[in-house]
Amino acid sequence: MQSVIVMFTVGLIAFSMFRFVGDPINNMVGQDTSEQERIELRERLGLNDPFLVQFGRFSLNAVQGDFGLSYKYRVPVSEMIAERMPATLELAFVAAILSLAIGIPLGVYTALKRHSFLSKLIMTTSLIGVSLPTFLTGIMLILFFGVVLRWLPTFGRGDVIELGSWSTGFLTASGLKSLILPSITLALFQLTLIMRLVRAEMLEVLRTDFVKFAKARGLPNRLVNFKHALKNTLVPVITITGLQLGSLIAFAIITESVFQWPGMGLLFIQAIADVDIPIMAAYLVLIAFFFVMINMIVDILYYAVDPRLRADNE
Amino acid sequence: MKLRHGLMAAAAAAAIAVAAPAVKAETFKYAFQGNLSSLDPHSLNETFLLVSLGNIYEGLSIYDDNLGIQPGLAESWETIEPTKWKFNLRKGVKFHNGNDFTAADVVFSWQRALSEGSDQKVRASKIKAIEVIDDHTIIIETPAPNPILTSDLVFIYMMDKEWSEKNNTTSATSASADNTGNYANLHSNGTGPFKVIDHKADVKTTFDRNTAYWSKIKSNVTKVEFTPIKEAATRVAALISGELDLVYPIPVQDWKRLDAAEGVKALAGPEARTIFLGMDQSRDELLYSNIKGKNPFKDIRVRQAFAHALNLEAIKKKVMRGAATPTGLMVAPQINGFVEELNTPYAYDPAKSRALLTEAGYPDGFEVTMDCPNNRYVNDEKICQAAVSMLAKVGVKVDLLAQPKSKYFGKVLSSGGFDTSFYLLGWTPGTMDSENVLSSLLSCQNKETKTGLFNLGNYCNPRVDELTKKVGSETDQAKRNAMIKEIFQIVKDEYGYLPLHQQPLSWGVSDRVTVSQRADNGLDFRYVVVNK
Amino acid sequence: MENTVEKSRMARILDSDIWHSFARSPVAIISSIVTLVIIFGALFAPFIAPNDPFDLVAIDLMDASLPPAWLEEGDSRFFLGTDDQGRGILSTIMYGARISLFVGFASVIFSMIVGISLGLISGYVGGRTDAIIMRIADIQLSFPAILIALLLDGVARGLVPKEMHNDVTIYVLVFAIGISGWVQYARTVRGSTLVEKNKEYVQAARIIGIRPGTILRRHILPNVMGPVMVIATIHLAIAIITEATLSFLGVGVPPTTPSLGTLIRIGNEYLFSGEWWITIFPGAALVILVLAVNLLGDWLRDALNPKLR
Repeated sequence: MQSVIVMFTVGLIAFSMFRFVGDPINNMVGQDTSEQERIELRERLGLNDPFLVQFGRFSLNAVQGDFGLSYKYRVPVSEMIAERMPATLELAFVAAILSLAIGIPLGVYTALKRHSFLSKLIMTTSLIGVSLPTFLTGIMLILFFGVVLRWLPTFGRGDVIELGSWSTGFLTASGLKSLILPSITLALFQLTLIMRLVRAEMLEVLRTDFVKFAKARGLPNRLVNFKHALKNTLVPVITITGLQLGSLIAFAIITESVFQWPGMGLLFIQAIADVDIPIMAAYLVLIAFFFVMINMIVDILYYAVDPRLRADNE
Repeated sequence: MKLRHGLMAAAAAAAIAVAAPAVKAETFKYAFQGNLSSLDPHSLNETFLLVSLGNIYEGLSIYDDNLGIQPGLAESWETIEPTKWKFNLRKGVKFHNGNDFTAADVVFSWQRALSEGSDQKVRASKIKAIEVIDDHTIIIETPAPNPILTSDLVFIYMMDKEWSEKNNTTSATSASADNTGNYANLHSNGTGPFKVIDHKADVKTTFDRNTAYWSKIKSNVTKVEFTPIKEAATRVAALISGELDLVYPIPVQDWKRLDAAEGVKALAGPEARTIFLGMDQSRDELLYSNIKGKNPFKDIRVRQAFAHALNLEAIKKKVMRGAATPTGLMVAPQINGFVEELNTPYAYDPAKSRALLTEAGYPDGFEVTMDCPNNRYVNDEKICQAAVSMLAKVGVKVDLLAQPKSKYFGKVLSSGGFDTSFYLLGWTPGTMDSENVLSSLLSCQNKETKTGLFNLGNYCNPRVDELTKKVGSETDQAKRNAMIKEIFQIVKDEYGYLPLHQQPLSWGVSDRVTVSQRADNGLDFRYVVVNK
Repeated sequence: MENTVEKSRMARILDSDIWHSFARSPVAIISSIVTLVIIFGALFAPFIAPNDPFDLVAIDLMDASLPPAWLEEGDSRFFLGTDDQGRGILSTIMYGARISLFVGFASVIFSMIVGISLGLISGYVGGRTDAIIMRIADIQLSFPAILIALLLDGVARGLVPKEMHNDVTIYVLVFAIGISGWVQYARTVRGSTLVEKNKEYVQAARIIGIRPGTILRRHILPNVMGPVMVIATIHLAIAIITEATLSFLGVGVPPTTPSLGTLIRIGNEYLFSGEWWITIFPGAALVILVLAVNLLGDWLRDALNPKLR
């Protein structure tokens, strides 16, 4: 029920926003098209109806999974999004795995060996990576690995294989190669965030009495560090990682446009430029849906990981 | 007056026949900044889309690589009366699905171009009626004498009546909710030298050679892959890395880099698009200025002062990297009606400019806001910035409002109520004829006659309007051009607009291929050759 | 009574421990010097910058794209070269840092205040309040920062008189970036609050009748400050970068008065053409600034943490 309200609100806010993005008509017709025809088109699209009528019509259709026809491509938006979703999800998935697989170990290492030179080096270099705007990082990677070394493709997804309605780049060499640069670009930010968070939490936990106590009892360091300490850092890590998974999808917008990655983000940014309202609306509602789902899962995991929280909800 | 094209057609065919036919599989890959939003030839009147679809679909006449009119699906034509043209259709032409091309298809395509969702109504309405004499002869009647009918016909593409009816796509694809017949949006069936075998809008489009094409073409390409790439840097990278054979447009500042890199080069040429500044000359008070109660731009001396404050050579050298052609005229040399002696730009003379402003009563200048797109023309925002700085030096303080094109056009065009005081715009007449510029940009705003609708500052002179009307129906080229010249002279003397330059076409090409760069920034596959 | 105790403790920490720890940490000293230098350069740009890049009368297009002074064709007036409009890079960096720092700090402080308060309330009070706040957070999170800014920008443009647009843009940006960032703080603070509030000492404090406000401030807030500082430092970088991305979408600061991010964005277009100085110097300035702030944040977190002692 809450989720429905969330999505409804997102739809409403998104919809009221569209009026400020620009006039869709200019992008739907050529420069010679007369004023009269523009007015007629506006009428046909229902853009002259009162705001609430437009929104009501949109929500009614959206509930049935119908987001209307794209103004620019003249095909059902739901089809377009479905076609683009695999690209974005695969990219976000790989980026998330990358940032967890590298971020957590680095975070643990820098927490345990916080005074070592290597730790300090890792901490410092990780910051340089996030101090550059994503579009610049992406371009630099393309410039170096694509243009200078010519090791990796500079754009697109490579060859994809259709598995039913899901197109995957995981099964071809060029598809996998194409994933490398964009997923690194996308993961860089999250990686640093997760690493620093794990480190901060680890440091906190290592100072707590129960860890000191465990060590005093003579339990091996390794066991204390990983079984007890790491486990207890997981609450905030799960929160942030969960939230970041959602923003990975949202932030894929920039990565996708730098690498011409044919995902939802690219579709969306293009739609903003074209004032393609149905695509924008559908994308935003979908992103809202993702977030609601992720939040629910995060909340559930909370209780699973930290038993003390259960006491509250008996 | 009769125009005979038979001879010309023969000559063209002979020239093309010299090239060897395609034998080996050759794939050509290219990228453009925009995308193929639809395969429906009547859905959108946009140059890139139409030129791209020109490889699949064809009109009765077609452009060659110099934008010259050539016989296309019509073998020859003649004017039998000022408003009646007889067209002899080409025999033996087949659509990609094997159907024959006949007069019925012409009538059908014309009607489809007039259907509700069509964005080609302007062109299609240049035809009043079509009379079918036999399967391969028609007579087209125009509402008024139209000397440039064959230019209008280039982009009225011919579709197969039978195929369209079978697939329920007899009216143009539109975005309105009740539209169901959008088959032609994603599928195609033309007569052109290439056919689409896979189309994912905004991702990738793959073309295959039409082996049954009616004419021999220069190209030896058997397969074409098109990818839209929005980011300029990504396009350039994909070209240099050898993944693509052609990308366009490329930033003018990257020419040096391309020429230094191995295996690629920059291909440049003058585009038929003129970039200019316009000023609100009709409101009694500017919408965005600190001068209240009057409109400085109504004073010719102020417009003149602006003209002399702009250093077009500096813009050419520094912003456009030498790649623009400074201009004094609202049309490019490729456009019919271009007048060489009027093309000298207004001289750069800041001292004179300051004197004129003082004379006009603005010794300390004034403030005005300038509207500028930032993703529409080559270095548009940078040109505006440069203009702002130049005007500052004569005392005019310009606030720059640079926006993405969707917001910009939504504000300054008629749909936004011409909400601007001072703006930058670019224009290419789709017909390659001055008449389009006269009626769209130089005539007074008039919603009834649908003229001057892109004359955002409403420059208005009744004499210009009167002449424009005559130009529209004058069939004598000499008389017509004399009138066009008179109009341009008036506009120039009155400082109605401030033309800046023709922007360059800027393509990046791999040495693997030879292409022909058309002045409308179009890529015609017919002229793409993979070098051996 | 309570207040005086608290104050004297704060004073004690500031007087001794922090300063002591600061004096012993070379990283902290260096990064604070770097930060101060950049802030100083930004604040006093009008007095110390070699030329005024915002003065349209002074800049000359014919000076555009000059390389740094030590290279061939360089011009001694422009130590780090000029950009595509003929503005000196060194000066634009100083002026740009001014704008970036303002947008960055103002929006981080804004979202910290909103986020921490809501996070504490949400986690501590729980129940319906918690649900409502977290749902608002969900809705908010569904919108990438860029979109929120687009929306706010549009609304602001509708509300503000037309001729004032260029003047209010920067405040709209602060508000937009600030608003888009609060959720991170709120979620994290809430997560930690949930854990802390069930701990014995908090429950004990509650039982002996200490007011919730005091409990939050004295017992819970210090415990959540660690993660918050981590987020805040990174958020500062994000804020500056978001500002650049927004400029890219056409709702950032006007191009005639560029920020550091805008400079990088503009320079980005010249990466291939060999005019590396247009993007590398502002980029380096940004990296150094963010790095220094982050290192300072790291150190500050350790120093503020009472358990470290």
